[in-house]
Amino acid sequence: MVKDAAGSREYDYWLLAILAAICALGVVEVYSTTHGSALAGMHMKQLRWLIIGTVLMFVLSRLDYHLIMDQAPVLYIIGIVALLAVLLMGHTRFGAKRWIPVLGEFLQVSELVKLIIIIVLARFFAEVRTDELSLQDLIKAGLLVGLPLALILKQPDLGTALVLMPMLVVGAFLAGLKWQHAAVFSLAGFLLVGAVFYPPVSRHILKPYQRERITSFLHPEEDAKGSGYQLLQSKIAVGSGGFWGKGFGNGSQNQLGYIPVRYSDFIMSAWAEEQGFKGVLLALGLYMALLLRLVQNAQRAKDRAGMFLVMGVTAALGFHVLVNVAMVIGAMPVTGIPLPLMSYGGSATLFVFLAIGLVMNVRLRRFVN
Amino acid sequence: MSYWFRNDNRLPQERLAAASYVIVGMITLLLLGFWKLQIIDSDKYGQMAERNRVRSIPIIAPRGRMLDRDGRVLVDNYPSFSVLLLRDDMAAVERSLSVIADGLGLSIDDLHEQLANTAKLPKFQPIVIKPEATPADVAFIESHRADIPLLEMLMVHRRRYLPGGFMSHASGYVGEVSEKQIEDSNDRLRPGDVAGKSGLERQYNDLLVGTDGMRRVIVNSVGKEMGRLSQQEAIPGKQIQLTIDYDLQKIAEDALAGKKGSVVALDPRTGEVLALASQPAPDPNDFAIRVSKEEWLRLNTDEDRPLLNRAIQAQLAPGSVFKVVMATAMLESKVPPENFHAFCPGSATFYGRQFKCWVYGKSSHGSVDLHAAIVHSCDVFFYNVGMRMGIDRISKYAKLVGLGSRTGIDLPSEEPGLVPSEEWVQRVYHRKWYPGETISVSIGQGAVTVTPLQIAYMIGGIASGGEYKQPHLLKDIQTIGEHRIELSESTVEQVTQGMYGVVNEGGGTGAAIRLQGVEFCGKSGTAQVIGGDAKSRYGKGQKKFNNNAWFVGYAPRRNPEIVVSVLVEEGGHGASASGPIARDIIKAYYDKKEKKTNGQATAQAVKPSFEKSEAHTLTVEDPKAVIKPEETAAVLQPAAAAKKPRPE
Repeated sequence: MVKDAAGSREYDYWLLAILAAICALGVVEVYSTTHGSALAGMHMKQLRWLIIGTVLMFVLSRLDYHLIMDQAPVLYIIGIVALLAVLLMGHTRFGAKRWIPVLGEFLQVSELVKLIIIIVLARFFAEVRTDELSLQDLIKAGLLVGLPLALILKQPDLGTALVLMPMLVVGAFLAGLKWQHAAVFSLAGFLLVGAVFYPPVSRHILKPYQRERITSFLHPEEDAKGSGYQLLQSKIAVGSGGFWGKGFGNGSQNQLGYIPVRYSDFIMSAWAEEQGFKGVLLALGLYMALLLRLVQNAQRAKDRAGMFLVMGVTAALGFHVLVNVAMVIGAMPVTGIPLPLMSYGGSATLFVFLAIGLVMNVRLRRFVN
Repeated sequence: MSYWFRNDNRLPQERLAAASYVIVGMITLLLLGFWKLQIIDSDKYGQMAERNRVRSIPIIAPRGRMLDRDGRVLVDNYPSFSVLLLRDDMAAVERSLSVIADGLGLSIDDLHEQLANTAKLPKFQPIVIKPEATPADVAFIESHRADIPLLEMLMVHRRRYLPGGFMSHASGYVGEVSEKQIEDSNDRLRPGDVAGKSGLERQYNDLLVGTDGMRRVIVNSVGKEMGRLSQQEAIPGKQIQLTIDYDLQKIAEDALAGKKGSVVALDPRTGEVLALASQPAPDPNDFAIRVSKEEWLRLNTDEDRPLLNRAIQAQLAPGSVFKVVMATAMLESKVPPENFHAFCPGSATFYGRQFKCWVYGKSSHGSVDLHAAIVHSCDVFFYNVGMRMGIDRISKYAKLVGLGSRTGIDLPSEEPGLVPSEEWVQRVYHRKWYPGETISVSIGQGAVTVTPLQIAYMIGGIASGGEYKQPHLLKDIQTIGEHRIELSESTVEQVTQGMYGVVNEGGGTGAAIRLQGVEFCGKSGTAQVIGGDAKSRYGKGQKKFNNNAWFVGYAPRRNPEIVVSVLVEEGGHGASASGPIARDIIKAYYDKKEKKTNGQATAQAVKPSFEKSEAHTLTVEDPKAVIKPEETAAVLQPAAAAKKPRPE
């Protein structure tokens, strides 16, 4: 049966230290982007979310992950029902239905669903007994992800929907995805995404109104200035920061409001402007350390189930960092994916802490049995 | 709990290691992206951030006002708002252009054209897309600050002229600079700038125009001003005082209302222009913003030629006014001698052709000498004089007394008129001069043409004994051109006696406009527009072929203080159509002078402060006064009671 954790000395203190450092950068920059504006005091709210998240993380780490994964089918059903509930009676903000009220706050259901899918996929792949992933299992896993993905797309929330994909890809890869399958599916996926989102191609295969829909689908919060303007302003902010940065609270792009949603999705832009390349080195160094540390935890997991759980978290967080930061430097379109732990946001912060809680959970039990 | 996980500890260590490499690769790529932006292209983005942050807004300098000789405001400014389009971000401009066009009621094609015309200018320089913003425009701009942060309002100063085209040919008007003006200005002018287009506005543009300032402000992303970096104040244009006397100008304008003609009043002692009117006249307030193509075309094709400043540009036959030139020439050249008499039976025959005197068919002048010939304007006498003198001698003296060349008045585009000669006809028409033409020229017909200003200048010069002062409108002009011609005392005495007789002797052509207590002299002229024969052929009733009425009056007889030349085109008889206008102006001049002499002591005692507040010099007054709306509201400021004493 399930044994209790080996004790607090088995917590990954390095991971916690990295986590704390990233959160500190986030709080500082949220303060810098909002002080003196109508949103002043937001860093304190963020701090509150961080504390709640930390508590939840420790709570979740104490509950044996096998026990959690045992309930994967139930969790999956809860997730689907919650997504349906959002679609039917969710709270609409910025033109999308994503929120349901929980305890006086609006909770973004899709963040919870991300966590559930990590657990469900880990359970699914842990039960694959072969060394190589069969096409049949691959399709099953795809369908498992496909249903919630479709529901999230319907909100619409392309960003969160996309995060489910790397969980599937990384899980399948570790479960023994065949190179042939990988090649075929990645080529197909690449062509599809390319065709739809690459204007020179989409011009030929899509009607103008369809392309317009794709554009507005990609950027539901987009204002009259257009997403190209947002990305340009972000690049200006980053570039004008130079190596040393303009100094805390001195970024003109940040302080004068040229950076869009600078306390949330574009917080890295504000950080890069005020702290310069040296600050970026620090921030991205911390993220790299975080991700590598997660992989190390996976490598030291007791069993395949724990490994899949940790790597699901790693895939989700890595994807967040990649897509968000690439957007900030103008290398990817605006998708509304926040930067984990730095961007302001309750649901997203709680998701990260709960996910790390799962990782701790796996770590605590690596020597059991 | 089922043991679904079966303690399966097969971990794909190789693939996990691969995941680590992917993470390192991913972070490295992202860092390379930052390196590109923050290290390689840092300067470029730094400049872009600066352009975001800083907005340069011009501060338009007000143009100098124009005051009359008593300090009354003739041309003023009033504040108004222009709509500026910021062009730093052309992509955003293109995106919002149709919304802007709709919101401001502009044509999108015009906007495109304007953008194309200004494409060469630096991007940080905004352009004026609507010169006079309405309250609705202001509301539109304010409400779209966030989504269209490309519009800015700019306070400008617009010209306010006296209504109805009052003095507009002298003052001229301003307008947006033409491309040619921009080219000629050595980068001093930019498209959208305002410059004088005609008249004094153009003549003294360099004085009147100020230097625009620039305000550099910090703006946030929705275009709201967050702070000021620097401000370079505008330097207002200089206020200029004119020699024009509003009271005399008013009489001239009123007298010409509804007519085609011109009035020029000069002080021959100084060359100061006391009044200069020409009608019909456009209302320059209509051009103060932007003149439409249709309106411009209408003004240019109007048969009455409202854009012609008749005072300096109408080149017309002077008619009998020219007899003053003939008399001067005769007395100076002594051809024929001064006791020359001619018999006037009403007409005379020269070179086989009959030339009529103006009294032909009604009466005759009988035997006339020079004095009677001037007083009664006998054509036959001057035919005979002209025949004896010959065209070249006439030409020589006409040029000597100031005809056939520009007077040099400080207005652009003055015309020189024409004094014909044998050499001229040879040069221009490649033919010999017909002696018969000399007969016509003798009474101011034929090829000889003059402007109203020239007539006033010439009569002033002769009556001043040959002393000529360059006519000018700027009171504090630096140097006044002057020259002296040799005229004998006897010539001046006889010619002025003749002109005195015109008004003050019984039977003189101007006897009806005599003035009590003033030595009012003058000479009338009734110039045929076409030959009398042709006129009867085309129909008498048509006003079009009516004679041009001239009258030049002055006072006193010797060394006059004021000369007034009046032209009423197609006005009929000079003495009756133009004479009264000259008389009214001279009368007003003397009335005012008398009042001033009597009232000066009291006025100064009562309101000494007027002296100080009055602008008599070229230095700028309080520049703020130029833009005070309550001040501009009043069309004319009340005349100050205290006046500078006239130099005697």
